Amino acid sequence: MTYIVKPKFHHPSLPVNELGFTHRDYEGSISTLCAGCGHDAISAAIIQACFELNLPPHRVAKLSGIGCSSKTPTYFLGSSHGFNSVHGRMPSVLTGANLANRDLIYLGVSGDGDTASIGLGQFAHAIRRGVNMVYIVENNGVYGLTKGQFSATADRGSKSKRGVMNNDNSVDLVAMALQVGASFVARSFSGDKAQLVPLIKAAIEHKGAAFIDCISPCVAFNNHPGSTKSFDYVREHNEAVNRLDFMAPRAPIHVDYKPGELEIVEQHDGSKLALRKLHADYDPHDKLGAMTYLQERAHAGEIVTGLLYVEPEADDLHDHLNTVEHPLNELNEKELCPGAGTLAKINASLR
Amino acid sequence: MPIERVNDFVVRFANVNGSGSASANQLFARAVLRMGVPVAPRNIFPSNIQGLPTWYEVRITEAGHLGARGGVDLMVAMNPQTWDKDVASIEPGGYLFYDSTKPLPASKFRTDVTVIGMPLTAICNREYTDPRQRQLFKNIMYVGALTALLDMDVTAVEKLIGEEFKGKDKLIAPNLKALHIGRDYALEHLTCPITLTVKRADAVRDRIYIEGNSAAALGAVYGGATVCAWYPITPSSSLAEAFTRHCARYRIDPQTGRNRYAIIQAEDELASLGIVVGAAWNGARAFTATSGPGISLMQEFLGLAYFAEIPAVLFDVQRGGPSTGMPTRTQQSDIVLAAYASHGDTKHVLLFPEDPAEAFEFGATAFDLADRLQTPIFVMIDLDIGMNHRLCRPLAWEEKRAYDRGKVMTAAELDAGKDFGRYLDVDGDGIPYRTYPGTHPTRGSFFTRGSTRDRYARYTEEGGPYVDNMQRLLRKFETAKGLVPRPVRRDADKPTRHGVIYYGSTSPAMDEAIVELGERGHRLDMLRVRAFPFHQDVADFVADHDFVFVVEQNRDAQLRMLLVNEQSLDPVRLVPVLHYDGTPITARFIVRAIAEHLDALKITPLRKVVS
Repeated sequence: MTYIVKPKFHHPSLPVNELGFTHRDYEGSISTLCAGCGHDAISAAIIQACFELNLPPHRVAKLSGIGCSSKTPTYFLGSSHGFNSVHGRMPSVLTGANLANRDLIYLGVSGDGDTASIGLGQFAHAIRRGVNMVYIVENNGVYGLTKGQFSATADRGSKSKRGVMNNDNSVDLVAMALQVGASFVARSFSGDKAQLVPLIKAAIEHKGAAFIDCISPCVAFNNHPGSTKSFDYVREHNEAVNRLDFMAPRAPIHVDYKPGELEIVEQHDGSKLALRKLHADYDPHDKLGAMTYLQERAHAGEIVTGLLYVEPEADDLHDHLNTVEHPLNELNEKELCPGAGTLAKINASLR
Repeated sequence: MPIERVNDFVVRFANVNGSGSASANQLFARAVLRMGVPVAPRNIFPSNIQGLPTWYEVRITEAGHLGARGGVDLMVAMNPQTWDKDVASIEPGGYLFYDSTKPLPASKFRTDVTVIGMPLTAICNREYTDPRQRQLFKNIMYVGALTALLDMDVTAVEKLIGEEFKGKDKLIAPNLKALHIGRDYALEHLTCPITLTVKRADAVRDRIYIEGNSAAALGAVYGGATVCAWYPITPSSSLAEAFTRHCARYRIDPQTGRNRYAIIQAEDELASLGIVVGAAWNGARAFTATSGPGISLMQEFLGLAYFAEIPAVLFDVQRGGPSTGMPTRTQQSDIVLAAYASHGDTKHVLLFPEDPAEAFEFGATAFDLADRLQTPIFVMIDLDIGMNHRLCRPLAWEEKRAYDRGKVMTAAELDAGKDFGRYLDVDGDGIPYRTYPGTHPTRGSFFTRGSTRDRYARYTEEGGPYVDNMQRLLRKFETAKGLVPRPVRRDADKPTRHGVIYYGSTSPAMDEAIVELGERGHRLDMLRVRAFPFHQDVADFVADHDFVFVVEQNRDAQLRMLLVNEQSLDPVRLVPVLHYDGTPITARFIVRAIAEHLDALKITPLRKVVS
């Protein structure tokens, strides 16, 4: 664990983005996770994605539950407000925050214990409502902070570091997200930054509930032979269905693939997703097909990664609730209070 | 001898749930009200939608005693299932009105009550062929008969029917017809009027007639709530539903037709409060409505909101506990649960409205208090107030009233270089400044967490900063004492050594009881507690008296516990008076309990006992 304060100075020639921010402006304090933790790689990918998207850091709200993964929002976007809520309850807190101010970007960070065990209900319901958010599960199949107990995403038949066999079936969060209506579903691997960064960028630009299940090996408790969430195992069994390039709105499209190999998907804000198909039979717009494909490959012992499903023109919770464009937290007495005259009429109607 | 009373008796309707009786019974209550005579109606209903017994009680009271009285003077017995119990509950000299279509043996009646039979079913079967109409119009028919029996102004009922079905005009004529069939039958075949009568008066004045839950929801609208998250639970569901209704009417942007509010029916109470906490953290005024079982589930988030200092408003419409308890009965039994909700050292602010008018007022004020104190605020209603129509003073709102959003640091203040420490007590009142997310590109961001931190919201597990923070939270709680509604004291006409403390829905019964106690020669000063933490007035009141009765609707004297615990008051001087069978407390009960105690204190000289 590192406990020194991160120095603020940086190299003068560090590249800046369109807002004049350097990569460092998107960082947080130094991680206190174990050296080599997959979660730190995901934090780095989030930083990279926000830098490349030219996001004003303070316009992001980062929310989490409890656990190793939920500690990570401290380690990125130091200028953003963060909320380390209670175990398994990040989805409801994020939902409320989103209702209060629809103009911010909401990044929910959770773990497999936080989401698939204690928070399974809240996870499903936040997705079900179409909350406009990026929901990332840093999935290592194990409880790290309490030292190595299985979580609900641990595969049946996998072995813990102490040699205990997991006999329970695992929860497949991707399948569940698809089933309850997420409009952007991806799976990635913390060890594959080239795949992960564009997925995070696309998810941020996506309107609606965007879910990324990111396998993130626990170097302390789940990176041994017999584990199905170790670096070695995931590398060996990773089957990417596509490769994604993210393009901001109005960006010119430069692609050098042959027709048929590449599909351009345009999202509601004009951003474009350039999808290079790695599996000819995989269609990320066909939800039923995706569910079947995922089940088949899982049965064959493969971990399917990539952009698994996207509905580019999705609605979000605010659309369903028909709320005003202006953030609710900025409305004042004039807009909210019906006033004394109306109350006199109400009184009269109650006699 | 039949009871002889004008504008002062209790009518109880015994019905079957789902038979359409509720609207007919309400029509009767409103008709009395329109005659200028106050009524206090109460629903006594089971946790059921169709088939089980349900009662509707109307206390007709020109004197304005709005508490439950106990006993029945006129029973409208429409439910064979509960016949025996219903007949037994009539006061001697009272009346029994029943459907005499099917003859009943004499053993089914009492000789000390006047029996009035009317073949309602037979008349309905004669007049209507549709089974649903037979059922519904039977209810209107007995209301028609009552107008004759009680010598009521039938035009008041006719007018109400016209108002009730405005827009559905086709229904007016058939309802009027049923009303008159009932009335005409009674006038022709029954002795009218009986010795219980309603006489036009002017005792209602400008008062309004509203359910507490609806008034509280309107308070939330006026108080500026924009986010509501809830989970259905009796007896609070109608609060969230009323908020939905009020918002649809008063919260639509006239230009765009879009909503200036967001209401989520959550998956459970945990998520409900989670949504409220998230919204309030992000600067919106947010609330949930629930009952005891919901508060039990919300403990975790209440601890977080207390410790991370997030405003939240909770309407707790209390019912009978523990566990599922008595879901459709009333109690004041969540007091301790709410006051100390969650693990660790916590204390919460509670408000105790006495009626719908205060439910509205406190419902709005709760949002100012939550923002000012940056903590959860409980509005402790109960089923008796929440789910019954109650006559109360008109709802009031000062036109120029502005919302108190509390200490929120703005981008301009941050730019001016103001020191921002999320948990820094700059004013000595224990209340720190907060910033809304997204305020400033480089300043004012902080990390909210339920774990310990220093004054600048930096994570730490050091004992010093932890104690510093916990002490500041206590200072904040002290500040709350001066901000919450003050207790209302009403002294007896002459000095007395005895006092009584009460709160919430006990008010009308207490008001009535104090008159009767006075008539029996017992003088008491009264203090109505309206909030926790307690104002200094409460300790002063107890100090002013030898002993003080504490009247509550729970088993364990929960408010008394708080008085002993938080004010270090001598428990011997606080005498509990406890009513907790699930029915609303009555003046009769209070009088009996207090008078017994005071009579026992009267020392009878020994020689008198001997002689």
